[in-house]
Amino acid sequence: MVKLSVRDLRITYGEGPSEKVALSGVNLDIHEHEIFGIIGPANSGKTSFLRAINRMDEFTLGMDVRGSVKLDGTEVRDWANVYALRRRIGVVFPLPVGLPMSVYDNVALSPRLRGVRKRSVLDEKVEQCLTRAALWDEVKDRLGTLGSLLSGGQQQRLTIARALSQEPDLLLLDEFSIAVDPVTTMRIEDVLVDLKQDMTIVLVTNLVQQARRLADRTAFFLMGECVEIAETEELFTGEVKDPRTRDYVDGRFG
Amino acid sequence: MFGPTARTVQDQLVERRVRVGLGLVTAVLVLPVVLILGVLVVKGGPMISMEFLFSDPTNGMTEGGIFPALIGTVWLVGFALLFSVPVGIAAALYLSEYAPDNWVTRAINLAIINLAGVPSIVHALFGLGAFVLFAGFGTSILAASLTLAVMTLPVVIVATRESLQAVPMEFREACWSMGATRWQTIWRIVLPNSITGILTGVILEVSRTAGETAPIMFTGAAFFLPFLPESVWDQTMAMSLHLFVVSTQVPDVPEALPYGVALVMILMVLTMNALSIGFRMWLRGRRKW
Ligand SMILES: Nc1ncnc2c1ncn2[C@@H]1O[C@H](COP(=O)(O)OP(=O)(O)OP(=O)(O)O)[C@@H](O)[C@H]1O
Ligand SMILES: [Mg+2]
Repeated sequence: MVKLSVRDLRITYGEGPSEKVALSGVNLDIHEHEIFGIIGPANSGKTSFLRAINRMDEFTLGMDVRGSVKLDGTEVRDWANVYALRRRIGVVFPLPVGLPMSVYDNVALSPRLRGVRKRSVLDEKVEQCLTRAALWDEVKDRLGTLGSLLSGGQQQRLTIARALSQEPDLLLLDEFSIAVDPVTTMRIEDVLVDLKQDMTIVLVTNLVQQARRLADRTAFFLMGECVEIAETEELFTGEVKDPRTRDYVDGRFG
Repeated sequence: MFGPTARTVQDQLVERRVRVGLGLVTAVLVLPVVLILGVLVVKGGPMISMEFLFSDPTNGMTEGGIFPALIGTVWLVGFALLFSVPVGIAAALYLSEYAPDNWVTRAINLAIINLAGVPSIVHALFGLGAFVLFAGFGTSILAASLTLAVMTLPVVIVATRESLQAVPMEFREACWSMGATRWQTIWRIVLPNSITGILTGVILEVSRTAGETAPIMFTGAAFFLPFLPESVWDQTMAMSLHLFVVSTQVPDVPEALPYGVALVMILMVLTMNALSIGFRMWLRGRRKW
């Protein structure tokens, strides 16, 4: 089953002479219950791609998205209610954003936005999401502390717990390990593999080995172009269509 | 190897000089404040008594107290706040959280900043024309408070907008990306993290209005009226105007009297500020973190 289908995607910033093409001519299908990796150097358009999926371009002045992005067969542009669309999609940003409220409130935020009030339901949800994000043991005794006071790695797991509390069926991760130590990164990676049962994951990463460890299929983005999409093992060991892919995954890039 | 070099010795010297220099400037700044307060306390202090605070002026305002003026100022500032704070906060929320970033918004922002710089006497004339005459409120507490409100509105908007904009954009984006509406984001993220700033800013700015004379002089404040107001349609005395009157308009006023009035005004402002600080601490304490 195709979860997300992208055709002729073109993303630009600015208008007229200052227009900058961040991404163009992207065609790909992401299947249900797969981890879809996206690798590529800086400025290749990875973040822009993620932002187009849940219509975050609407927050960014001058960002323009053309082409087709379909979630479950429906054009995201045509979702009558953008809030309903975004509530189905969890997003984790490169730098952790612990919202300035308690750890508990961070995770309870999304259920509350959906109108859940009952304390017992919220308690259960908070424990469940924090557990899944491998953070529960560290914070269970201080759920009242300010989320933004946790360590960077803890905040990133908090962000993941918050995304999970949305009960998303699509999870977008943008270089989540950039501010996280290797041990925590490994723990989160284990979590992601488990999460695959319940959702589809798009994993943007600047660590090619992370894509290799986790992704079922991987796309290579380069300077606004989707150079290659392949089964991950294929990309690393097999034949690739484009020599630039080989250079990048082997770390020979320059 | 790690000893001081000529360069670091030089840097240290400059550092010390800059610190002392800036400290001196600050000290010089504090001086007038201390002097003003000192003179007021020394000259006006003996005036302050229960009798002074709670009785009417008598004998051509050369004796007696200031009670009607005190209460009048409370009415005027209270009603002005009632109008300007909700409207100002609402406008600031719209401008900061909803308005598209285009030339119309920028023009409105510019207009508000300029409006904050309009001299109070101009507001007074506007109030006279708009509220007293055109709207037909007559010279009344209502007209005077509305004039004060119009005058403070831009300041309230600017103070509020600054507090709102101090909330980092990432917080909003994180919240929006979860499918929160703008209002949900305002209610759960933006306001809780800016409300103390908004309120203290607003109260500090507004405590200035208590001292304004021109805007109320034409619109609702009375020279001498030893009764308490009964409704917003009445005129009233006010501290600022009373100070002006007893200092310059009435003969044979004992020297201590105007100083006493001024001291009470300063104390009112200080009380407001203390309240706003207390309120801020209360809000902080109420949050669980
Ligand atoms: N808000 C913006 N305004 C203007 N240009 C932007 C904006 N965001 C991104 N761009 C441009 O779009 C291009 C792609 O950026 P994008 O953030 O998608 O790259 P990325 O692959 O995520 O890079 P990185 O690995 O550094 O995060 C870049 O050239 C960037 O300058
Ligand atoms: Mg990026």
